Amino acid sequence: MTALGKLLRTTAFKLTLVYLTVFALFAAFLLAYFAWNTRRLITEQITQTVDAEITGLAEQYRQGGIRRLVFVVDARSRRPGSSLYLVTTRAGEGLAGNVGSLSTGILESAGWTETAYRRLDDPDGAEHHALVRVFQLPAGFRLLVGRDLEERERLHDIVLAAGRWSLAIVIVLGVAGGFFVTRRVLKRVDAMTETTRKIMDGDLAGRLPIAGTGDELDRLATNLNAMLERIEALMRGLKEVSDNIAHDLKTPLTRLRNRCEEALRLAEDESQYRAALESTIDESEALIRTFNALLMIARAESGQARDGMTEIDAAEIARGVGELYEPLADDKGIHLKVEAPAAAPVHGNRELISQALANLVDNAIKYGSGINGADAEIIVTARGEGDRILLAVTDTGRGIPAADRGRAVERFVRLEQSRSQPGSGLGLSLASAVARLHGGELKLEDNHPGLKTVISLPRATPIPARLEALG
Amino acid sequence: MIDAVQYGSTLKNVAYPRDGGFIMRLLIIEDDRDAADYLVKAFREVGHVADLAVDGEEGLAHALDGQYDVLIVDRMLPKLDGLAVIGTLRGKGIETPALILSALGQVDDRVKGLRAGGDDYLPKPYSFSELLARTEALARRRGSREETVYRVGDLELDRLSHQVTRAGDEIVLQPREFRLLEYLMKHAGQVVTRTMLLENVWDYHFDPQTNVIDVHISRLRSKIDKGFAQALLHTVRGAGYMIRDGK
Repeated sequence: MTALGKLLRTTAFKLTLVYLTVFALFAAFLLAYFAWNTRRLITEQITQTVDAEITGLAEQYRQGGIRRLVFVVDARSRRPGSSLYLVTTRAGEGLAGNVGSLSTGILESAGWTETAYRRLDDPDGAEHHALVRVFQLPAGFRLLVGRDLEERERLHDIVLAAGRWSLAIVIVLGVAGGFFVTRRVLKRVDAMTETTRKIMDGDLAGRLPIAGTGDELDRLATNLNAMLERIEALMRGLKEVSDNIAHDLKTPLTRLRNRCEEALRLAEDESQYRAALESTIDESEALIRTFNALLMIARAESGQARDGMTEIDAAEIARGVGELYEPLADDKGIHLKVEAPAAAPVHGNRELISQALANLVDNAIKYGSGINGADAEIIVTARGEGDRILLAVTDTGRGIPAADRGRAVERFVRLEQSRSQPGSGLGLSLASAVARLHGGELKLEDNHPGLKTVISLPRATPIPARLEALG
Repeated sequence: MIDAVQYGSTLKNVAYPRDGGFIMRLLIIEDDRDAADYLVKAFREVGHVADLAVDGEEGLAHALDGQYDVLIVDRMLPKLDGLAVIGTLRGKGIETPALILSALGQVDDRVKGLRAGGDDYLPKPYSFSELLARTEALARRRGSREETVYRVGDLELDRLSHQVTRAGDEIVLQPREFRLLEYLMKHAGQVVTRTMLLENVWDYHFDPQTNVIDVHISRLRSKIDKGFAQALLHTVRGAGYMIRDGK
């Protein structure tokens, strides 16, 4: 397709053509209306003037007879102007006036007529047009009074010329404007197409150009850019997950394989085979756990789990999780306490929030046991604070240095170098992903001594209030 | 290479405790031949009768014809989806308990599966002992014990008055301990896995990274078995727990 063909096909250009036609028709109509009305007005004025003059001249005739009329007409004929006068006998012989010649038969028809004429003082000049009235006087005399129509004709010409010019200007400006606008739009759309093609080719960092005019194309581009942003974030997440899977699942898989090979090579009796198989099953169990946790994080981060959300009480979740872990804590000599006195409504998924909180409690039990075994205590709280609901777990352990807290939430990060405690290193990332899914966040704070982990969630608005807000 | 038979014999060697007289008739609808053969062999080795269908249509036809105690249905099947198979059966008024196996293990997938008429849901990969315990629990649910008082040996649990006695002496239990014991006694003589307990007693479907259930069980055990010569609450290695009269 040629550049011109492309231009002519655009929506903008087609719209221009439609507008052009509409505007041209409108201009033509406006001019015609104006011309017609003006013409009517001029004609009306002429007839009024002529009528008045005829009345006046008839009066003169009534008072002074034909002599007086001839005298007056003669005097008026000499005045400059566009009025025409003629007094004739019954036979058509001119007695006074300034008309040289007329179209034939005019004098025979009484009343209004349009006629061509020549003036008496300019018998060879151009023919003019006039609107005349013939009046029958008693005794067979005829009186003709008229006015030249040149004014009206000039107006007619002016309007016609104006019409032509304005039409030409409308068309030229319209086509030029349409061309310009279309080319501008086309250029921006081409730029967008170019960018999207690049993005499709794999350059996810590309963004659509924004002209800064705030027009509809800009709005479209802004929205598309936001969408690209989201896609890029998702792709990055996906890549991170696959990198992590590659990195952290391959290690235990290798271990598993090594163990099997070793058993095949070295085991001598059934009990050794059995031991190898059992450790293989344990290892694969741990792998499955890690895998499930990863899937769940990915799912929470992609926002898919939003379907199953209902109004739930975070206080009840705190009590439930506290009750589940209390015996385990007790076994390790840690005192676990739940403080959730009042209902703390949140809109969310009970399972996910329970699991997030369980991870925090689990961590607290694993890493938060007291220094020197002194009075270890874990407190699980659920309470409202303004429009937030805070689910917090505090321990009295060694805590996490402020510098490491950000890193602790990342996937697979286990701050404890020796890795003496079992765990996938995904507990905090999962809690963080769940908090974000619910429009909240996970914060790590200092408990002086120990660690305080807080899941902050938006408080659920009671349903009546929500309806009011809608209304 | 380890094949299915060896897995089966490993299981036999664990001496998986079962009631001798209880035999289930199972229909396994699973399109992965290896997995299906393994399941059929494993179920047969522990004494149950298992039939196999390799796609949804065949499975539906079998389920309509035969008398089965439990259906084990893979969720994604050729020709007819697993959920559709169960839905069709339920539509025809056939209420054979169905356990859904699925690679989709998230909470909402599970809810979808149960809503379609499934009775239990087990995400892949699963251990055979877990599957066996759940299948047996489903099979017995038909003649399930809904009586008000559960008895195992000299242990009694009254579901109405919430009273627990052993050899006539009252045992005081926390509410959760009571529900734990109630569930175990309802399935007396059957293996109950940790996940089953977590799901049915706590209503949690996630994996608490530490074995919290074990500690709850040992607390319960100290309350009902301590001081008695005969232990009733047993740990089944590699599978879970079981309450039974030791005689």
